[in-house]
Amino acid sequence: MALEFRSVTKVFPTNSGAPLTAVSDVSFRVNEGEFVSVVGPSGCGKSTILSMTAGLYQPSEGEVLVSEERVDGPNAHVGFMLQKDLLLPWRNIISNIEFGLESRGVPKAERHARAMAELKHCHLDGFDRQYPYQLSGGMRQRAALARTLAIDPEIILLDEPFSALDAQTKLLLQNSFAKTIAEAGKTTLLITHDLAEAVLMSDRILVLSERPGTIVAEIEVDLPHREEPIKRRVLPEVGEYAAQLFKHLKLEEKAA
Amino acid sequence: MTDATATQAGANAPAATRKRTIPGGLRMDRLNTTVASLGLLALVLLAWQYLPTALDVPKYIIPTLSDCLSELKRMWLYEGLTAHTLSTALYTLLGFLIGSLLGATLGYLLGMSAFWEKVLSPYILALQIAPKVAFAPLFIMWFGYNSVPKLLVTVLIVFFPVLVNVLQAMRTVDRDLINLARAYNLSRLGVFRKIEMPSTLPNLMAGLRIASTLAVIGVTVGELVGGNTGLGYLISYGGGQANAAMVFNAIVLLTVIGFVLYSALVRIENRILHYLPKAHG
Repeated sequence: MALEFRSVTKVFPTNSGAPLTAVSDVSFRVNEGEFVSVVGPSGCGKSTILSMTAGLYQPSEGEVLVSEERVDGPNAHVGFMLQKDLLLPWRNIISNIEFGLESRGVPKAERHARAMAELKHCHLDGFDRQYPYQLSGGMRQRAALARTLAIDPEIILLDEPFSALDAQTKLLLQNSFAKTIAEAGKTTLLITHDLAEAVLMSDRILVLSERPGTIVAEIEVDLPHREEPIKRRVLPEVGEYAAQLFKHLKLEEKAA
Repeated sequence: MTDATATQAGANAPAATRKRTIPGGLRMDRLNTTVASLGLLALVLLAWQYLPTALDVPKYIIPTLSDCLSELKRMWLYEGLTAHTLSTALYTLLGFLIGSLLGATLGYLLGMSAFWEKVLSPYILALQIAPKVAFAPLFIMWFGYNSVPKLLVTVLIVFFPVLVNVLQAMRTVDRDLINLARAYNLSRLGVFRKIEMPSTLPNLMAGLRIASTLAVIGVTVGELVGGNTGLGYLISYGGGQANAAMVFNAIVLLTVIGFVLYSALVRIENRILHYLPKAHG
């Protein structure tokens, strides 16, 4: 079991006094090598799930386990990526990729070698000496993925990493991420509001309700080409899955 | 699409050369502004030389350019101008270094402690508003007619813009970057060294630039109020003798000192902040 949430509830104190329940009694499991997406309306606590997995804060009730170990702080098992690439503008690409390895006592030469390997995996050969501002948005996200992969995490957390990109770049990047992640065999949790993206990239989709977020549905995506969303995209079943998600999120009722 | 084009451009041209190329039109623009600036300078110098005499303004009110130049030579020969200038330059630099070091240090310390920042912020605001140069006579009463008062005034005047800029920048460091560093198991010191310090560097440099212009004011006021060395002293000495040319020259030299310090900082800034995308020109 790569990741497990056991009846997790997270309550935040607020300035107005009334505490805010972000997620309530959430339980799910993610198997090793599986790609699971979490979809839900905005403010349903998707990012809270991610932050608790990364160990940035603790659940109020229940527990989060990564590789059978209780998460009680930031840990080496988890690598995360956000919508913002979070590359350090003062470092060139290669030393950005090395960033996560520096606090782990990896010797300099090995750091560099591993970073160069990830640079290649993410198709950024020749850009090692460039600075983030010299790269396009899609390339910066690929560099961020390389940095995430460099620490060799057991789980990769993706928090809407494609949402700031234009439509074409998004497609290409989803494809290249899916391929790289499949090759590396990494367990992945993708937080997204893009229903099509969830269908194209995942083995399984968890649907969260509005705040306080609870899991209202769990959908197995039984389609081929997980490592190549561009191929999966043309399958007729994709629309059916999206319609299912649509129904679970009660979007029609909201539109009425 | 954008991705692919960027890939090609990046692979064909190394970044450094791409960044340095200035399109022809922009180079012409730059030449034009330089010519216009120099033209304006020539015009002002000509007016300075001939207008006062043409309008019968006496020399002790507005000395002409040539009056100032001959006075400059006299000051250099008989008034120890070099020593005065060097003294002022030295104390400007010294005050600037000490003041900005203290300001930056306190800024970073307070930036790391929300508690102490809240406790001290009203006093910092009060001291920031208080006119620092007004402390000069007080410092002379305390420390006497030596170089300590002018150094203290300079340190005090330099201190605040650096402190405030650093503190402001520390408050606005990207939380997500800090979370990323925490997720990578960086220690508190590591977060400071690898995230907060470099993130706040642009603001620190901006604070230093403001401080460099203020440093000259601090030293000048210190020298004006007490002491017998420096360009500030020459100003009060020249003023007492109705020697306007001497005052003019001292002001020009003070400006030069400030300008040199400021330019040096801009060069350092361009070098260490090379990773910031620049607007053309």
